[in-house]
Amino acid sequence: MKIMNMVNAINDALDIKLNEDRSVVVYGQDVGVEGGVFRVTEGLQKKYGADRVFDSPLAESGIVGTAIGMSIAGLRPIVEMQFCGFIYPAFNQIISHAARMHNRSRGDHKTPMVIRMPYGGGINALEHHSESMEAIFGHIPGLKVVAPSTPHDAKGMLISAIESNDTILFMEPKRIYRAIKQEVAEGKYTIPLGKANVISQGKDVTIVSFGAMIREVQKAIVMAKEAGISVELIDLRSIYPIDKETISKSVKKTGRIITVTEGPKSFGLGAEISQIAIEEAFLHLEAPPVRVSGFDVIVPLPKGEHHYMQDPYKIFYEIEKIVKY
Amino acid sequence: MFNNYNPINNIEFQILDHNGKIVAKDMLPSIKDADLLKAYKDMLFARTADLQIVSYQRQGRIYTYPPNYGQEAISGAVGSLIKDNDWLVPAFREMGAMLAKGVTLKELFLYFMGYEDGSKYSKAKRTLPISVPIASQFLHAAGLGYAIKYSKDKDLVYAFVGDGGTSEGDFHEAINFAGVWKIPVIFIIQNNQYGISTPTKMQTASQNLAIKSIAYGVKGIKVDGNDYFAMYKTLQESIKICESGEGPVLIEAVTYRKGAHTTSDDPSKYRTKEEEELWDTKDPLKRLKSYLISKKLWTDKEEEKIIEQYKVEVDRQFIEAENYGPYPKEDIFKYMYAEMPDDLKEQEKEYERFLEWKASRTK
Repeated sequence: MKIMNMVNAINDALDIKLNEDRSVVVYGQDVGVEGGVFRVTEGLQKKYGADRVFDSPLAESGIVGTAIGMSIAGLRPIVEMQFCGFIYPAFNQIISHAARMHNRSRGDHKTPMVIRMPYGGGINALEHHSESMEAIFGHIPGLKVVAPSTPHDAKGMLISAIESNDTILFMEPKRIYRAIKQEVAEGKYTIPLGKANVISQGKDVTIVSFGAMIREVQKAIVMAKEAGISVELIDLRSIYPIDKETISKSVKKTGRIITVTEGPKSFGLGAEISQIAIEEAFLHLEAPPVRVSGFDVIVPLPKGEHHYMQDPYKIFYEIEKIVKY
Repeated sequence: MFNNYNPINNIEFQILDHNGKIVAKDMLPSIKDADLLKAYKDMLFARTADLQIVSYQRQGRIYTYPPNYGQEAISGAVGSLIKDNDWLVPAFREMGAMLAKGVTLKELFLYFMGYEDGSKYSKAKRTLPISVPIASQFLHAAGLGYAIKYSKDKDLVYAFVGDGGTSEGDFHEAINFAGVWKIPVIFIIQNNQYGISTPTKMQTASQNLAIKSIAYGVKGIKVDGNDYFAMYKTLQESIKICESGEGPVLIEAVTYRKGAHTTSDDPSKYRTKEEEELWDTKDPLKRLKSYLISKKLWTDKEEEKIIEQYKVEVDRQFIEAENYGPYPKEDIFKYMYAEMPDDLKEQEKEYERFLEWKASRTK
């Protein structure tokens, strides 16, 4: 065991895979010499050489498009989008090719690549650096989308993502890159993608969340406990495929569900999860599913961001309402 | 002039050398002493402000900021020539040009303090807000240029991008569209040698960036971007070309980012002190100052005095921005659409109900 934050854990996962698999290459903007703007790839170029860990020209579409070609040829590229807001030039390559090549070629061409991308708000950033647009990506048939909430999960999930034969969008909650430290097992282990994690057991209400929001929910759960309300917390971990079984099992027990996500409300992940609860546990529901989410607005610049972000109060407010429904 | 400096020959156009000596007298633009002095002072003001912002950031009084330090002559020359009715399409390292258009320091401060209000320019006409997604603004410049041509107006568009931006598809699409449309746009690449940590030679195998103009049938030139005179002369010629319907123009202005990419960046990770010192000898303000002093238009004493005045002015506007006040919650909703959907109004009301509840619980 070793104490690690999420940056260390992701770096460790990359290190392990680079070491054991020659087909793994890591590239993107500033990931080589500098080791990434968040230092996630620090030291890897030195250790594995500039033909395996390297800086690319500044072009997101170029980065993802070339990774598709490499992956078809048998490499396992891991590419970095510097910030979530800059992925959109690559959107065409993701939606038109990465997500389609396997189906288009009837399984002949695989695209085993990982697109790593820091996402989410709460870090007082400039415009385009704070969004949480998992719903857009979860909506793309052919793409898998995951997001860890702890260093332990980040390492195990990234190793699984690298070993997957599909294209994985690996969303990293940059707000908690360094905020959480925990003991992480040394050496290789995997966490299966598509499996949610029940973080705490409860009986009155189920909360489903992921990424940086888990910590906010945990603070709200403390407030709920003081008010005598018992909350079950599910860390989704995987946006798509989504773990319907864990969600429905929990809702059947508690009868109430709240989703907590950072992205805008409409057509978001909360709606998808709520619908799963309705389809899978309709007769167990004692209240309509509730979404705690961003508003349907652009994430405000730092001075206004607190109006947008989910805080423990916003979550507790809904917990209190749903149990009284 | 563009023919003499065809980028295929990889010559860099220079008038004022590193020591402040005129090396191409025949090319020296005729600028009145008073105008030249004003241009120098404007650049000095921009530099004073820029350095001060970095220190405010270190004090935790402003968020992430991308310094302009070392690149002032490019914006300075644009500032000298841009007219009220011309469009300015900035990236995010063009403070001098923005100030020349009438954007106030206070507005820039507000933006980097985290208020969208800092992108609403009270006095600057025809100035687009700072554009963060690299090179995306170049296409907007082409659209503005088309609109000018469509309206048979005589205005121009000045658009900025960095060296890293030349790798983005939008850069190439914009130059291509503008070339096809023959529109009055002056595209300026501030080649400050690095896209964050990535040196220009890793962005492209081209021997220079101006050469990219050739493929699109557009006039291009590589200029010493730390030479105010060369920038001024190049822009003057570019304006003529655009006004005669022979635009657009692509200018590669060679410069050096003396500061960090942003205040979150640490250049010591990817470049050497020796390199920084070498570029320090090519500093745009130093050499124009030497020239001005040699012409007896300026003295060290005057400079010292005026910098002190500028510092006071920068601080005054900064404190005004610091006292701008809280961010009204309705502001996150009300500018989303020209006509706000009912559902969004409902979200705002729900937020108000929550805030009332929170106030009652946290008394």
